[in-house]
Amino acid sequence: MIGSDQHERVLLQGNEAIVAGALAAGCRFFAGYPITPASEISELLSVKLPELGGTFIQMEDEIASMGAVLGASLAGVKSMTATSGPGFSLMQENLGYGCMAEVPCVIVNVMRGGPSTGLPTCPAQGDVQMARWGTHGDHPIIVMAVSSVADSFSVTIKAFNLSEKYRTPVIILSDEVVAHTRESVTLPTSDQIKVFDRVRPDVPPEWYKPYADNNRGVPDMAAFGDGYRHHVTGLVHDEKGYPTQNGLEVEQFLQRIHGKISKGFQEIQVTKNHQLEDAEVFVIAYGSVARSALRAVRDARALGIKAGLLQLVTLFPFPRKVVDSYLRQCRAVIVPEMNMGQMNREIGRVNQAGCQIVKHNRIDGHLITPDEILKHLAAV
Amino acid sequence: MLERAEIVRKEYLRHDKKFPHVWCPGCGNGIVMGALLRAIHRSGLEKDDVVLASGIGCSGRMPTYVDFNTIHTTHGRALTFSTGIKLAKPELTVLTVMGDGDATAIGGNHFIHAARRNLDMTAIIINNSTYGMTGGQYSPTTPFGSKSTTSVYGHVEHAFSIAELAVTAGASFVARSTVYHATHLEDMIRLAIAKKGFSVMEVISNCHVQHGRRNKLGGAVEMIKGFKERAVRVEKAEKMSAEELVDKITIGVLADVEKPISTEQYQRVINEAKKKAEKIAKEKEKNGIKRYEE
Repeated sequence: MIGSDQHERVLLQGNEAIVAGALAAGCRFFAGYPITPASEISELLSVKLPELGGTFIQMEDEIASMGAVLGASLAGVKSMTATSGPGFSLMQENLGYGCMAEVPCVIVNVMRGGPSTGLPTCPAQGDVQMARWGTHGDHPIIVMAVSSVADSFSVTIKAFNLSEKYRTPVIILSDEVVAHTRESVTLPTSDQIKVFDRVRPDVPPEWYKPYADNNRGVPDMAAFGDGYRHHVTGLVHDEKGYPTQNGLEVEQFLQRIHGKISKGFQEIQVTKNHQLEDAEVFVIAYGSVARSALRAVRDARALGIKAGLLQLVTLFPFPRKVVDSYLRQCRAVIVPEMNMGQMNREIGRVNQAGCQIVKHNRIDGHLITPDEILKHLAAV
Repeated sequence: MLERAEIVRKEYLRHDKKFPHVWCPGCGNGIVMGALLRAIHRSGLEKDDVVLASGIGCSGRMPTYVDFNTIHTTHGRALTFSTGIKLAKPELTVLTVMGDGDATAIGGNHFIHAARRNLDMTAIIINNSTYGMTGGQYSPTTPFGSKSTTSVYGHVEHAFSIAELAVTAGASFVARSTVYHATHLEDMIRLAIAKKGFSVMEVISNCHVQHGRRNKLGGAVEMIKGFKERAVRVEKAEKMSAEELVDKITIGVLADVEKPISTEQYQRVINEAKKKAEKIAKEKEKNGIKRYEE
């Protein structure tokens, strides 16, 4: 399946494509806890990982899963977990640790209706702001959304690459529709897949400073057992990794971990444009809703409406500049979401051009249809 | 003895760390750390191959001071991090130090599951019957009737017995000692590290600043002396009645059993899966079938 030197056309569901992407990106450790609609990721990895010399473990809960993922990554192995809303809530504690100690890892949240046990297992997009702000304290994070099976494969690879490059947890938001839809996709050949591995130190161990700044803002990362004995903590730490309460060191550290994401902004922000060149009205959508939006845009074009779609793949850091440029170009934007308007807030905040924002929200556990979006496009 | 103290100081303490440590004068944590370092030294382990993980609390600070691969994790979750580290690099010796609240309140679920899972790791639990760092609130091992900052009328709940809990949960090796019995403690830790499988080392320790003061147990010296008086070797305890054992501390090896170690079982799964995958790949090549294998 992976690393083939020939194009392979396969029928996959979104969850399976995430597995394929993870393995192609070099993931060799998974810890998780059963939850619908994410369980297929666990089940498939329990078979596939050992075949590649990797380890699958089912932990006692999602708190433990996230801890094991961080532990494995610190020992030098690319790691991930997958869950849905209730499990994602439990992961927030150790997710924050990952941000603080700068541990690369990927967390997949296959969203279902919430809050609490919510709507198992109907699609929803209610965890968007939680993915950004779920763990306590100001923290940098990367959040990406997948809208199709093909996306699930390629975005997962991108998520691993970004997590390794910027030493940060990356969250992939999928949803029940994407997860369980089966589509025929052509997987890229192994030479078409670009994989980035974390930069390891090459200095003598006695010179190694595990949290020293450099021009990338991302310190080189040694693995436990590699001879670079060092300390890792969830406390604010100095460049040697030891706890500090020195205001200057605290400030420098926190500025650096935020700054490293800002520095990589161009590379991190991924959006897809559809017929936006001459658009007068457009849709901003992500996840499975982006599929409906694309159809709505095509239908609108057939009716003579100059419509376009801006699909957000990276949700956070919010792709402000791209969004802003189309808010300036168009007179109206439709923001369909399967939540109460969580990304709409972000769009509203950057809307200095005074573009008319029309939000369209469904929270009944059903996918937003192309017709619903088309009606708005026709109305504005 | 002096020579060994010198080895510990020179070889194992982090001299680039800004000492002093955070522990109060007379705290048992230092005795445990010393015993642990001497046990590691006697086990002949390379520093590069040792991981020391901890959770949150006074005990959580221990890894900061010692020259291994060290990690200070989140409250109660140390064993989950250790699990990931051990599975990613089974060749490492993974030790986890926790407090009583850390291991059996917030981390209780992880603790019993780590014991059940039986990876080849060692957990050292320093049991001082209280949450020292946060100001002396009652913990899962605070004795019934004791006073704490959250049980000023006397504690209304009953205490866990950590070592017995570990035995029931399925740990391969369980031992108990106290900070009075420093040499015994060192021996027990060495056995725990040497044992293949999940080992639990419960260390009864003193928090005279919080638990001792509120319960009129005296200072560090009196409390540690109390451990001496209350300690009973496990061999002797076996011959004593339940009544005689009230308020006693049974020390020694409480369990030492042989069963499959999951670190090795995970390796077996990898070997089998690899073989199977190779076989399927060969068949695919032969038959020219291109389909997604689930």
